[in-house]
Amino acid sequence: MQDLLRRYGTGLTLIMCLLVAFWLLMLVIVPNITLFEQSFRPYLPVSEVGGPRDTYSLGNYAKVFEGHITTSLLGFEFEFPVRVRTFLLTIWYSMVVAGLCLMLAYPLAYYMAKIVNPRSLPTLILLLFIPLWVSEVLRAFAWWIILAFKGPLNALLLAVGLIDDPIRWTNMGYTGVMIGLIYTYVLFMLFPIYNAIQSLDTNQIEAAEDLGAPWWKIHWRIVIPHAKPGIASGSVMVFMLSAGSLLVPSILGSTTSQWFTQTINETFNDALDWNTASAYAFLLLILCTLFVTVAMVLFRVKLSDIAK
Amino acid sequence: MSAGIDLENVCCDFGSFRAVDHANVSIKPGEFFSFLGPSGCGKTTILRMISGFIEPTQGVIRIGGKDMRGQRPNQRPTALIFQNLALFPLMPVWENISFGLEMRGVSKTERRAKAEELLRLVDLPGAGDKMVSQLSGGQKQRVAIARALAVEPQVMLLDEPLSALDLKLRQHMRAELRAIQKRTGVTFIYITHDQGEALAMSDRVGVMSHGRIQQIADPREIYNNPVNGFVASFVGENNIFSGEVQTSAAGMASFSTPHGSFRARLGDIGGHKVAKLYVRPEHTVISATAGAENAIAATVGDVSFEGNFITVHATSDSGAHLTSEIRNDGSATVPEKGARVFMSFDAARASILQDANERA
Repeated sequence: MQDLLRRYGTGLTLIMCLLVAFWLLMLVIVPNITLFEQSFRPYLPVSEVGGPRDTYSLGNYAKVFEGHITTSLLGFEFEFPVRVRTFLLTIWYSMVVAGLCLMLAYPLAYYMAKIVNPRSLPTLILLLFIPLWVSEVLRAFAWWIILAFKGPLNALLLAVGLIDDPIRWTNMGYTGVMIGLIYTYVLFMLFPIYNAIQSLDTNQIEAAEDLGAPWWKIHWRIVIPHAKPGIASGSVMVFMLSAGSLLVPSILGSTTSQWFTQTINETFNDALDWNTASAYAFLLLILCTLFVTVAMVLFRVKLSDIAK
Repeated sequence: MSAGIDLENVCCDFGSFRAVDHANVSIKPGEFFSFLGPSGCGKTTILRMISGFIEPTQGVIRIGGKDMRGQRPNQRPTALIFQNLALFPLMPVWENISFGLEMRGVSKTERRAKAEELLRLVDLPGAGDKMVSQLSGGQKQRVAIARALAVEPQVMLLDEPLSALDLKLRQHMRAELRAIQKRTGVTFIYITHDQGEALAMSDRVGVMSHGRIQQIADPREIYNNPVNGFVASFVGENNIFSGEVQTSAAGMASFSTPHGSFRARLGDIGGHKVAKLYVRPEHTVISATAGAENAIAATVGDVSFEGNFITVHATSDSGAHLTSEIRNDGSATVPEKGARVFMSFDAARASILQDANERA
């Protein structure tokens, strides 16, 4: 603060602080508090808002258990609340996305940090970043075109002879959604892991090899433990971003894929039931946070590690 | 349990730069061998080639008579101690030490016992459960040695492991390393730029410069009979006089310089006439009267008292800067600043060698 005052003077410092305070208060805290408050009130006609029926309850949260459908798991058929099913599938596929991102990003991060010639590293990073210059919507649509029934991916696979008939990529459950989410968020996994591996002393890798470690044990005992904070923060980010993504599931989703954010969005914008929608949104936020916290405790990762 | 190492015509190129140039050396099993040289002389490259991290561009490396071409570091019977030690900070000390055994599939109880045994060997009993960050510099050193010994290597390779320690600890660890080497009988190859370390610990020393091994000999030979100017000036101090060989007979030569004519041992100067004369400060004598031969009239400049010896800096009448060391044994008379003296030296203690910068 002293530093800011000395560098920019009182006037400019005041303006900056006020702008940040405005942004934080009016654009983040107040809307969230408003929605949080609304989520406990029933959805009523305007004339009844503030009337005797407008009381606080957990009714909106309980609505997530309404509306059963027949679902099957491991061959058993049973009735299950449709929104809970959507929610669990969202969590599950977000985890799968995070896992696949990890599998893609770890080798690449190791390659970038320890193997590639440092002179070609800037080019490599640029190549990875260029897709980020394009808006997320356009990138999702690009994948929609690539994955289309008569699109380039099917054409390529047919030409190579890997498949005999074209595949309906975006109409196979969550396949399209997962491809889109992995593509969109893999860099959020890559860079934390890259940073972590880069800080590993190369001599340690060599020492392990010199002591007789095969390559996979070098990774298992030396590199991965060192990169754990990076892996944790990458996984948390990809998981949270995936679970909270609306755009990719909307564009690349199939008739049988429903993301929980889509449920929230439909309740907000189609049913215009802001109260229930707020309740769903906070359920997603709270349960995802809880899930991440439990995962962090299980994997013995500290919050301060992730902040790094 | 120890193996000899042979390097035959080993070269290593990095692009157009030749880091190691036709290295030939035969290291005996159980020997303590040091490579001594300034930074960038190729000594670390030799070590990394022996351990398998770099493949030689040409030539053969044999460990225990076996050609090591294509063998990865994890397949060679060597253990390397890194300059920064490279201990694993996320593992406790005992896991560090038994890492090599873990890789060989040894059971946990057996590893634990072996780690404890090695900790006793390096004089750190009971430190197994500490983390690496809790250890002092000297203790880390010992853990690194124990970790390398755990895999029972036939050859230990040490890359300036003492350079990060303070002077007292360094001197202590020198003796310790030497003792561990004698106890285990493993061949030690030691890399250093510190001549004191190399001379004090080694059975033999290889002095390197510009990728070439200049001389391989035992420490006394290196110090007393350097083969060329580089070895003479890198190992120890010298008074150096440029000049020309006049006549030579029976290994001795008379050598004329702008500061007078001297007699000295004639080294290998490759048939040249122009060479340099090297004489060590402690091999010179300061006296009030001129001796029979090899005396230079000079005026005493600075006299610095170093404790066990006294360094006398003087300027000859011909303008050469001279350094002489007098042992502080109480018998020597120490000249005053400005005194007129003669510095003289024994012909058998001075060598005529090729210039240090001359590449053979």
